[in-house]
Amino acid sequence: MQPYELTIHESAELLRDKKISSRELTQSVLDRINAVEDRVSSYITVDADAALACADKADARIAAGEAGPLTGIPAAIKDNICTKDVATTCASKMLENFVPPYDAFVSKRLKDAGAVLVGKANMDEFAMGSSTETSYFKKTRNPYNLDRVPGGSSGGSAAAVAADEAIFALGSDTGGSVRQPASFCSVVGLKPTYGLVSRYGLVAFASSLDQIGPITKDVTDCATVLNAIAGHDAMDSTSVKMDLPDYCSGLNAGVKGKHIGVPTSYLTGARDDVRKCVENAIAVYRSLGAEVEECDLSSTDYALPAYYIISSAEASSNLARFDGVKYGYRTENFDSLTELYCNTRAEGFGSEVKRRIMLGTYALSSGYYDAYYKKALQARTLIKRNFDEAFAKFDALLTPAYPTTAFSVGEKANNPVEMYAGDLCTVSVNIAGLPAIVLPGGFGTDGMPIGIQLIGNAFSEQTLLGTAYALEQNTDAHTVRPTL
Amino acid sequence: MKITKEEILHVAQLARLRLSDAEMDELNMEGVIGFANQLSELNLDEVEPTNHVSDVYNVLRADEVKPSFDRDDILKNAPSKERGCVLVPKVVD
Amino acid sequence: MNYEPVIGLEFHAELSTDTKIYCSCKNEFGQEVNTSCCPVCTGMPGTLPVLNKKVVDYAIKAGLALNCSITRRSKQDRKNYFYPDLPKAYQVSQFDLPLCTDGWVEIEVDGVKKRIGITRIHIEEDAGKLIHAPLGNASLVDFNRCGVPLIEIVSEPDLRSAKEARAYMETLKTILSYIGVSDCKMEEGSLRCDINVSLRPEGQDEFGTRTEMKNVSTFSGGERAIEYEIARQTEILNAGGTIDQETRRWDDVKGENVLLRSKEEAHDYRYFPEPDLMPIVVDEEWIQSIRAELPELPGVKKARYLAEYGITDYEAGLIVDNKEMAHFYEECIALGANPKTVANWVLGDISRFLKDAEMSFGQIPFGADRLCALIKEIDGGAISGTAGKKVLSAMFETAKTPAELIEELGLKQISDTSALEALVEQVIAANPQSLDDYKNGKTRALGFLVGQCMKESRGKGNPQVINQLVLQRLEAYKNA
Repeated sequence: MQPYELTIHESAELLRDKKISSRELTQSVLDRINAVEDRVSSYITVDADAALACADKADARIAAGEAGPLTGIPAAIKDNICTKDVATTCASKMLENFVPPYDAFVSKRLKDAGAVLVGKANMDEFAMGSSTETSYFKKTRNPYNLDRVPGGSSGGSAAAVAADEAIFALGSDTGGSVRQPASFCSVVGLKPTYGLVSRYGLVAFASSLDQIGPITKDVTDCATVLNAIAGHDAMDSTSVKMDLPDYCSGLNAGVKGKHIGVPTSYLTGARDDVRKCVENAIAVYRSLGAEVEECDLSSTDYALPAYYIISSAEASSNLARFDGVKYGYRTENFDSLTELYCNTRAEGFGSEVKRRIMLGTYALSSGYYDAYYKKALQARTLIKRNFDEAFAKFDALLTPAYPTTAFSVGEKANNPVEMYAGDLCTVSVNIAGLPAIVLPGGFGTDGMPIGIQLIGNAFSEQTLLGTAYALEQNTDAHTVRPTL
Repeated sequence: MKITKEEILHVAQLARLRLSDAEMDELNMEGVIGFANQLSELNLDEVEPTNHVSDVYNVLRADEVKPSFDRDDILKNAPSKERGCVLVPKVVD
Repeated sequence: MNYEPVIGLEFHAELSTDTKIYCSCKNEFGQEVNTSCCPVCTGMPGTLPVLNKKVVDYAIKAGLALNCSITRRSKQDRKNYFYPDLPKAYQVSQFDLPLCTDGWVEIEVDGVKKRIGITRIHIEEDAGKLIHAPLGNASLVDFNRCGVPLIEIVSEPDLRSAKEARAYMETLKTILSYIGVSDCKMEEGSLRCDINVSLRPEGQDEFGTRTEMKNVSTFSGGERAIEYEIARQTEILNAGGTIDQETRRWDDVKGENVLLRSKEEAHDYRYFPEPDLMPIVVDEEWIQSIRAELPELPGVKKARYLAEYGITDYEAGLIVDNKEMAHFYEECIALGANPKTVANWVLGDISRFLKDAEMSFGQIPFGADRLCALIKEIDGGAISGTAGKKVLSAMFETAKTPAELIEELGLKQISDTSALEALVEQVIAANPQSLDDYKNGKTRALGFLVGQCMKESRGKGNPQVINQLVLQRLEAYKNA
């Protein structure tokens, strides 16, 4: 076994026992990147020297007996999360040369924990997409089949972890951007409750939906990373002040007597092999003593249009700041301020970003606000209410993460509506601000990974992780690694 | 859902995006707006909109000065600058 | 036809908090360009706002001072538009749920009092500053002012003349400075007004089409801008034209306004609830704690001055309009000084000295106790009123007490009759013609002789005493 194949908890143990140094572990990951990156293309930026310097510091810390669970562990951070003095591009021409003079809250937390930043992961431009094909720089490939997409928008983060180019990664999830790529790449992805992890320094896509979440090789690692990044931040007004549990401590709680709901509406559109994986998971849970029942979550039928309206409206405002004035790309073709604006934005943004900005601007514009934006916020009320009803009865809801396995590169690239329709299993979770985890659930008839999604009530991450851990420990999908 | 070219251009103007005809076709705004328009079938008049999923309120900061950033850091990403300021084409208002 | 102007005002005032509205950068005018900035107020990607509590406190305070209802649950919204001084390309403001609503303020024009309705007060962030001058084809952006907290006070269309509008602006300024929420320093641009003007035929109930005028930053400018706009609209209407709903820009130097944008070009601000900021919930306890901090407001203060101090309406108005002067004035009275006398001093010589020195009343270099001491010296006859002015002048220069200055400047006046009798006798003897004149009934001679005596005493003789002595002697000669 190569060091780069290790999980966080396995490496931490070896580091603590001095069986490996962080430098060796980091070098192993860097070597792995050298070996597979030209095929997978997970990263926009890799800084080997900085990573090794960071590893040396971690080794000193370990030697001093001051190591935490992430000290010395090589990680990838999605390129929409600000890293001080390291380019943060959002996979856009617009921010190709943007080097933030500040760290995101989570970047700071990882640094403080002694994690080793290997590089910045590829993504859909400004996190808008489900395939990582809208990146200005490159298309990331699925490590299980290089002709397939890794999912998106955190496709680089998920592919990097699946291809062992990082021990773990951070992604961001606005409508499934952590969970859907986790499903496509057979890794664990968590979208925390809105407000659990600070958004400070996460380049905003849709402020009321965005959350940063871990992408890891197993559920234990997921809990470990969540421990590091969760918590109140005075710089984020939507960050919640509350006592948090140790997320690693409840993993063994088991599911005996737990009530798990299966929303039928999430299964109707799913492919047969995906449905079969869900049925397998149900069987495992039942065998472990959980009570699994069907449940109604029909209000989530209008989650998709509501999601696209809310997220695009907020994005149209959030991305207005990219105007060629203060930072980022500036067109060379202008004679006036208006031309500076219009040409900078026309040249700096890709098509999908423009499409969302257009939709969002339209939905907020005079005469349309009530019919679109306000209505979407009203739909949000119903969706939230529907989830509240479900969680009065269930501890967790079990659904597919995506109706299919990973699609082929280019398959949906020219059909935005079809691309949007695929997100139906993930978006309602963001609309309601709930936590959801996706973990490997098996493989489809095409040999591609299928993820199982568990949705929990607000701030029930500990229960959710325990529920996921029970499934992981009683299935073997997570033990299958891609061959590259 | 019919949307005219003029409407699209008006929205593009609001968003400060220059769009070519080819790009306008590529964006498929009609399809995308049609997708969003699925909500129009619902009658939600009696439903309160939810702006925030959490019920937290009064997130307030004490009025205490903290050091600002160095000007060099504030301006280091600016595409054009002069005399400690960002430079833009002459603004006529 | 005669038209009645209908005027409404949007009054923006910068709040004098220590920090900006959404970040902890210093809120201070006059700093070097782009040095009071951070990633938050310059709108860098990924940054988030956190509301300054003081801004809410101050806005509530303004609301209470202007008789508003305080909104129990309000929110903040984004107002989207592109401009180089607006780094996020949206301004965080309040749209449909402002912090304060439905208030009023009383103004007074030519002795007539009138109540002007306040529609709403909301909080918002200021934009940066564009520096146009130095570079021919380019402008420079200074972000220091980005995120400086503002309140916007929107009036009802209750104003009917430029004079009323000016009185309204001045009243607001006085109130805001009284309650300590804004310096309202016009020279620093901390005060800006948008003015809506429409005309309607006298006697008509419906409003005419209004125009909005931007870029008014002084009271006199506001008054002139309204007069100009009334004249402009009157001319159009008299010529049979119609008024277009449009935004115009006041040019204070040229004294005219020009079209900024037509109704068709009006901005579509695409307001929506700011997702990065949580609701503001104000309970009764919060309101009461702020109400308890409210000082006596200018209107109440003036009424009290008139009732208690016996000064004129005009004097009371002038003193009350200046918060520092009113404070100083009341301190003097608390020390036992005569209100009328103190009013004369503060409005007269003290104001004159301050004006010459280009100082505000708050910068006065001596305390109320010193002025009271000076007044006592004059009232007690130790110095003359004229000498008193000399002492006052010196009090602006040194930290010495009036008594020390009187001594030092040799201003002590002679009131001792025995010391002055010889002098009076001597002056009368030296001016026999005046004595004859007096005997012949020309009483003007008295004044001349008193003047001569004062001159002889080098100004130190107590004029009242001298007057008495000269009169006594002249009468004695006349009857002899």
